[in-house]
Amino acid sequence: MTSLTAKDKDAVRTFWAKVSGKAEDIGADALARMLAVYPQTKTYFAHWKDQSPTSPSARKHGITVMTGVADAVTKIDDLKGGLLSLSELHAFTLRVDPANFKILSHNILVVMAIMFPTDFTPEVHVAMDKFLAALALALAEKYR
Amino acid sequence: MVEWSDFERATIQDIFSKMEYEVVGPAALSRCLVVYPWTQRYFGNFGNLYNAAAIIANPMVAKHGTTILHGLDRAVKNMDDIKATYAELSVLHSEKLHVDPDNFKLLSDCLTIVVAAKLGKAFTGDVQAAFQKFLAVVVSSLGMQYH
Repeated sequence: MTSLTAKDKDAVRTFWAKVSGKAEDIGADALARMLAVYPQTKTYFAHWKDQSPTSPSARKHGITVMTGVADAVTKIDDLKGGLLSLSELHAFTLRVDPANFKILSHNILVVMAIMFPTDFTPEVHVAMDKFLAALALALAEKYR
Repeated sequence: MVEWSDFERATIQDIFSKMEYEVVGPAALSRCLVVYPWTQRYFGNFGNLYNAAAIIANPMVAKHGTTILHGLDRAVKNMDDIKATYAELSVLHSEKLHVDPDNFKLLSDCLTIVVAAKLGKAFTGDVQAAFQKFLAVVVSSLGMQYH
């Protein structure tokens, strides 16, 4: 799709500055929703004793993922280069089907709407959606 | 036929019984036109859609958003046969309006986000699952008569 304009990057950085304090809660809630609303995603976590959305493993993993997103914001000018090793991890070790990136992105957006209803305007929404899509593309870079 | 749990039925009835159609409808449609600008292709005669502010302030967008949201009422009242309920609407969207059915999913994602913002914490994972399942059935039914 389209690459990030300067306006998009500004919008992402500004919004992220507002929400980064809640990054852990955002990550945990987004992952929990993904597991609840899209149960097929649980197939990637068969190694967890407790795959329920509110399990400690799920919360911990939501935090891990969101830490990655936070890092990506700092690398927004070169996502492909900045996320190279993460892409290799997802390509060769985790092998998560890239369709799932879209699913998790959707849930991140839902959580942002819930936690920041006035700040998550349509303009912020489109910038974040584009950013998460670009992030997903960078993560899938090494797949084939 | 789609199976609905008691929780899912109750959740859908509850959300729509409290729905502020004139707020949520316009918010969902305008958000869709901003976030997925190619959807503006269907609204060439709606006037100024030049930027987000114009879209959000556009009275034709607001009116149409309300109309679309009320279109869901029939599904809410006929959850056990949404497919048949929307057969005619599906033909309309295909033959007359020529709407790419992929767009239904885009609007439904925006509606989910608007409802989530309205309900806040009450929009739990389970409520989200029920709401998205309902919209998925609507979207599928609307695409059924395309050929």
